[in-house]
Amino acid sequence: MSRRSADMKWAAILMGPGVILTILFIIVPFVLSIYLSFTNQRLVPNLNIPTSFVGFLNYERALTRGDFWNALANTGLFVMIIVPIQGAIALSVAMLVNSKLPVRNLFRGIYFVPTVMTMVVVSVIWAAMFRIDGFFNQALDLLTFGALGPVDWLNEKSTALGSLILLSAWQGFPFQMVIYLAGLQAINPELYEAAKVEGSSRWQTFRHVTFPSLRNTHVFVVIATTILGFKLFTQVQLLTQGGPRGSTETLVMLIYEHGFQKGKIGFASALSVLFFLTVLIISIVQRFVLKNDEA
Amino acid sequence: MGYKLSDYVRLFLALLLIVIVMGPITLMFATSFKADEQQILVDFGSWRAFWVNPFDISLENYRQVLSNEQQPLLRYLLNSTIITVFVVGIGIFVNSAVAFSLSRLSFKGRGAILMIFVSLIIIPMEALAVPLLLMVNRVGWIDSYQVQIVPFIAHPFSIFLFYQFFTKLPKDLDDAAYVEGATPWRVYWDLALPLSLPVVATVAILQSLEIWNSYLWPLMATRGPEFRPVSLGLAQFFGTPPPIWGDVMAFSVMMSLPVLFVYLAFQRWFIQSAVNAAVKG
Repeated sequence: MSRRSADMKWAAILMGPGVILTILFIIVPFVLSIYLSFTNQRLVPNLNIPTSFVGFLNYERALTRGDFWNALANTGLFVMIIVPIQGAIALSVAMLVNSKLPVRNLFRGIYFVPTVMTMVVVSVIWAAMFRIDGFFNQALDLLTFGALGPVDWLNEKSTALGSLILLSAWQGFPFQMVIYLAGLQAINPELYEAAKVEGSSRWQTFRHVTFPSLRNTHVFVVIATTILGFKLFTQVQLLTQGGPRGSTETLVMLIYEHGFQKGKIGFASALSVLFFLTVLIISIVQRFVLKNDEA
Repeated sequence: MGYKLSDYVRLFLALLLIVIVMGPITLMFATSFKADEQQILVDFGSWRAFWVNPFDISLENYRQVLSNEQQPLLRYLLNSTIITVFVVGIGIFVNSAVAFSLSRLSFKGRGAILMIFVSLIIIPMEALAVPLLLMVNRVGWIDSYQVQIVPFIAHPFSIFLFYQFFTKLPKDLDDAAYVEGATPWRVYWDLALPLSLPVVATVAILQSLEIWNSYLWPLMATRGPEFRPVSLGLAQFFGTPPPIWGDVMAFSVMMSLPVLFVYLAFQRWFIQSAVNAAVKG
């Protein structure tokens, strides 16, 4: 038996389990979501309404009712705010622990802790701090000498999404921090030497050496944070349930409500396809734009 | 060498950041040791939220949480552990075997299969949840361990990380083994897999965190405490108004401790995993 045909046999044996599981639990559901999005399939079959093809009705409904656009706008706003903020924090902290700082490895180790905390726990803790008689309101009261009254952070339209951004950034920044740290350590020290010789100020060195040298890191951090942001769900489901008045409704929340709570598999599948397309288009556009910057 | 002003500024910033990072976590621990629920609510509005008088430390909340039969904390922890261990344990073998075949064996369609796996990385689990729910509902898997284990074993991103590692291994390595009459299985099992320990660690840590933290899927696919993971247990406990903060925080501490211990023990690996995921991704 030739090496090649022997390889074929072994490849089939070794890949078999992985390929079968991938087909069953990734490819089939993916194809099924497209198929189901053209039907009025329900989770619990209703004998009076047999499942049938409805053409583009689900998409028409999703795209003409406000819910989808509202969720897309909220998720987009969340992403547009959290990506730069979290990235800036992560880069600053990475530069801090990369500088000559005593016991910097200890600092780095402690800063990473929020990321290993489960989002449910994080949400619960921050819910305590966002209470009407909680820490944030006390701090606000103290800082403004009582001028600004207590704010119901999670239940007011103007502050709910911002509050979610704050706790999400707290939990998420350490991951980006260690990635920036790796990026910083990969920068050629000679570049800094050269900048020093030229007498660059600290800001100039950052602007012309550090920041541009991290291009690949920026690309990864921006794309990863964006995709993570679009999946926003746990915090919302626990703390605001999409309210007040839909101001924190997200795409995944919408999928959950229609697919699981209302059992409208067909409609939720259309939302899932739209969600996937959104993520896909945004990652392609980002990759394209960020990579093109190099030229 | 003397210290400059900028060094002190940096140290100050570093310490300030410790306060920001550890503040919420301290609040969780402090509150969990306070027995008086009224006092907890009063404390929440001041710096005392982050502090517990050492003489007033009480384990009453822990006692209550551990004896609560509606929300069996230990059962939840056991469920999460079982699910995580099985997904990660089986996943390492399944995913590395796929990657090994794609990188070290030559067969028809190899490039195409690789392409498919790489493009599957982009599909978020959230987009598959609804059709998957219909599928598992049909086969009666709702509310079980397998519904939380089997669909998540194959993991395209883990396959990709293993693939990256295996392609970099020198070709002489397996050639020598093949000359001696080894089968591809032996090369995979005796050579490639043991060498890939750093990738195993990365994959194990990333996938464990993903599974331990998963929320949307168990919310849809489980019904009662029997099979629910701990994240959902806390969510239910917290979501039953009015929240009893002492108990909720004791529950939070209990579910965070295992992860924090593992993190302390393998800190370098955790941080390295994040870097590996980024550099290879």
